[in-house]
Amino acid sequence: METVLKIYPVLLMGAAVTLQITVISVSIGCVVGLFAGLARLSKSRIVRTVGTCYVDFFRGTPLYVQLLLVYFGFPQLINEVQHWLIASYGMPQLVHNFVFNEWTAAIITCSLNSGAYIAEIFRAGVQSIERGQMEAARSLGMSHVLAMRYVILPQAFKRVIPPLGNEFIAMLKDTSILAAIGFVELNRRGQLIVAEIYDPFPIFFTVALMYLAMTLTFSRLVDWLERRLKTDDRG
Amino acid sequence: MIEVKHLTKSFGSLEVLKGIHCRISEGEVVCMIGASGSGKSTFLRCLNMLEKPTGGEIHIDGVSVTDPKVDINKVRQKTGMVFQLFNLFPHKTALENVTLAPAKVLKMPPKEAEERGRVLLTKVGLSEKADVYPGQLSGGQQQRVAIARALAMQPKVMLFDEPTSSLDPEMVGEVLAVMKDLAREGMTMAVVTHEMGFAREVADRVLFLDDGLIAEEGTPQEVFGNPQGQRTKSFLSKIL
Repeated sequence: METVLKIYPVLLMGAAVTLQITVISVSIGCVVGLFAGLARLSKSRIVRTVGTCYVDFFRGTPLYVQLLLVYFGFPQLINEVQHWLIASYGMPQLVHNFVFNEWTAAIITCSLNSGAYIAEIFRAGVQSIERGQMEAARSLGMSHVLAMRYVILPQAFKRVIPPLGNEFIAMLKDTSILAAIGFVELNRRGQLIVAEIYDPFPIFFTVALMYLAMTLTFSRLVDWLERRLKTDDRG
Repeated sequence: MIEVKHLTKSFGSLEVLKGIHCRISEGEVVCMIGASGSGKSTFLRCLNMLEKPTGGEIHIDGVSVTDPKVDINKVRQKTGMVFQLFNLFPHKTALENVTLAPAKVLKMPPKEAEERGRVLLTKVGLSEKADVYPGQLSGGQQQRVAIARALAMQPKVMLFDEPTSSLDPEMVGEVLAVMKDLAREGMTMAVVTHEMGFAREVADRVLFLDDGLIAEEGTPQEVFGNPQGQRTKSFLSKIL
């Protein structure tokens, strides 16, 4: 108990970072996911394939591996490509030993990962809108783009709020993996304190409770939103 | 106004339309009747390319609709459509349903669009429901809003796809009344319907579709009073 009282302010700081990285990543993920989701519904086969490859890759590989790939793998790739360009084409050197800081790597990885899940959420949302809505809009002379923008997407957005909330909660927990590259969020804070004063049970238990407090808060919020949207349904 | 030459449509191996020829002149009201599966709805939906015909030609107001180079959105502005299930936009009020297309497609200024919208809602008898969402309207009211919405683009032809089939019986009358008004004003109309009373009273011409072809056509008096074909006779005896 003593330990807990001593360390919880530090852990709270970690929780704040966890929340921050989740909000940023899921927000970017929403933008990426919207375009990727629409790409999956595109009439063009190439666009559809690109969307599918992206979604498959990021949903079909572990977040941990994606993180290592972005944080360690990607800078190496850039450095080697630059090296090759300098050697073969005499391109002037643009960066000296390119590296990602933890924040950049964390945001890129988590955004791309949640973007893939959100793409599927949006795709399902758009497909859940009755076919008659698109037909009615098109019959009035609206283009496909106009119909999407003013008729289909506004209705789809309403339906995807609950699954988006669930994605947010899942991402909040998954950011604990960022500890692996030394990104100091809640989990990493706990590990650092344990390394210092070795008292693992109360420390990790407090970490767990903090995650729980956040996820429970958000899942209640999602429940409430879901109920409100249902009673509010005008359709 | 509408000219259809040897229109065919297949879904996979199922041939739904087997070569339809037909002509609808300006101001004419044509009702299409027939059993379900006879192809009448498919035929109507081909007229504004909601279904892509497999073969044949359709000309609307002098424009070849089936020509791939034609801007189909332009053609559709001239052909208003009313659906069996209304298909109103549930996230928009009655007025917004009517003004959306003029505002976004014709880029009409909001005030002008709203004015036109209110005039049309008054025309279908729903001026007091302008700010109400479709979910709070009865089926008959929804369908009348849908008619106003289609009229907002000032179409030259109105296509009705079983506009009263999903309505409670007591609401059929109010929708038919609006359609009769339209017909009286000289609107060109193609109506797929099971309302034989309406067809008899309002139609200039009745087409009986059977198995993907126009099996019989004529004035309502001719088709209802003195049907020629065996299929027409048996269909009418079941329905009248």
